[in-house]
Amino acid sequence: MKVTLTVNGQPCSADCEPRRTLADFLRHDLGFTGVHVGCEHGVCGACTITLDGATARACCLLAVQAEGADVTTVEGLATGGELHPLQEAFREHHGLQCGFCTPGVLATAAELLATNPDPSEAEVREALAGHLCRCTGYQFIVDAVRAAAVKPA
Amino acid sequence: MKAAAFEYVRAESVTDAIAALATGGSQVLAGGQSLVPLLNMRLARPSLLVDINALDELAYVRRDGEHVEIGALTRQRAVETSEVVRRDVPLLAQALRHVGHVATRNRGTLGGSLAHADPAAELPAVAVALDAEILVRGPGGERVIGAREFFEGPFRTVLTPGELLTAVRFPVRRAECAIEELSRRSKDLALVAVFVTVEQADGRCARARIAVAGAGPTPIRAVAAEELLHGRILDDAVLAEAAQEIAAATDPPSDLHAPAAYRREMAAVLGRRALTKAVR
Ligand SMILES: Cc1cc2nc3c(=O)[nH]c(=O)nc-3n(C[C@@H](O)[C@H](O)[C@H](O)COP(=O)(O)OP(=O)(O)OC[C@H]3O[C@@H](n4cnc5c(N)ncnc54)[C@H](O)[C@@H]3O)c2cc1C
Ligand code: FES
Ligand code: FES
Repeated sequence: MKVTLTVNGQPCSADCEPRRTLADFLRHDLGFTGVHVGCEHGVCGACTITLDGATARACCLLAVQAEGADVTTVEGLATGGELHPLQEAFREHHGLQCGFCTPGVLATAAELLATNPDPSEAEVREALAGHLCRCTGYQFIVDAVRAAAVKPA
Repeated sequence: MKAAAFEYVRAESVTDAIAALATGGSQVLAGGQSLVPLLNMRLARPSLLVDINALDELAYVRRDGEHVEIGALTRQRAVETSEVVRRDVPLLAQALRHVGHVATRNRGTLGGSLAHADPAAELPAVAVALDAEILVRGPGGERVIGAREFFEGPFRTVLTPGELLTAVRFPVRRAECAIEELSRRSKDLALVAVFVTVEQADGRCARARIAVAGAGPTPIRAVAAEELLHGRILDDAVLAEAAQEIAAATDPPSDLHAPAAYRREMAAVLGRRALTKAVR
């Protein structure tokens, strides 16, 4: 089936089978390789993207379900050459590390800050609990999200 | 892993969906938060998926007399943040905070969670605790099923092939409520969870509703514990007695996560904590 959608503001379209997940469609058919795939069953959070303004696991959606949708991947966070304040904070606070889980974490952190501009450490940790990061005990990531929160976006 | 091949149709209306579901081997696709992982792992092998995500008429929350009616396709996040739900069915709003993470609640639906019938899931237990009514439409017309009759076993409901869950009606219950849950990872499915609402009048229990998830083939309603509390002054001794009745009502499985005896003991511990919280 043909799937047409908007990714990071650009209209995109490609053919795929109904069984194609949105994660694979974005990565393999459209080339947005910032969408990372870990567990393929919703647990690790690596594939988290923003779909019509709310985060979603791209591995738990079929590409055909995203017909007409508006998707933002990590590639769409920066504007021009300007990093998103979260990306900037992750760089400063060493929250990036190997970077595998980072695209999904950034999507979740952006949604958290949009609904709760000054989250407590506990609230940041609760939001991050949906992401399995193999690189750390999360401290740098928590620091980065909280630093971005106090900066004007 | 990757899903096996299947046919896919996007239903344009409820009638459309029911007609498509008449095909053997077909299955409803709602939020996909349980079904797509099962497809990816090839634990589900439908020949046709009937996608109901375009059925906006099934996404609503409305106060209707002494009930709050919620369309089956209403996203869990929308239910959780609904002012009507927070005020009139607070147990449901509280329970949603335990259902996965925001990203899965943004997509997962109320109807999908009930139809999936995971015995450890929160929303089926809330439906059982509050005596919700489940509205279903199929080739033979509409029927209304009490939540306690709806769940038949692990991942089994009384829905017949071709039937679509369309809405859930929760009685307005502004009572004090509390949830205590034990799970292995934050926001994961419960090993055991207890859901209680308690109404008091003149210092005595006027009405209590108690359900347990993760402690039987379906959500369990702790009727004997409710009856024991009725009309009593809710002191520590009474709550401790009720906690034993909650545990006695369970029929927990043993699996690699926990033996049955541990789950039963935890039903008592969590039940007592939840009751204490609800009555202050
Ligand atoms: C990482 C992760 C963590 C989770 N944690 C929890 C948790 O802690 N607690 C919890 O309760 N759940 C949890 N879930 C599952 C929950 O997110 C799902 O939302 C829910 O169980 C299924 O709802 P859905 O709308 O996504 O349904 P789908 O996955 O689309 O469908 C589930 C089943 O219901 C059927 N179905 C769906 N809608 C209808 C309908 N209207 N009529 C008839 N049949 C229908 C489908 O055919 C399918 O068999 C988790 C999921 C993930 C991925
Ligand atoms: S790959 Fe989607 S949540 Fe793990
Ligand atoms: S940064 Fe390496 S897995 Fe999270």
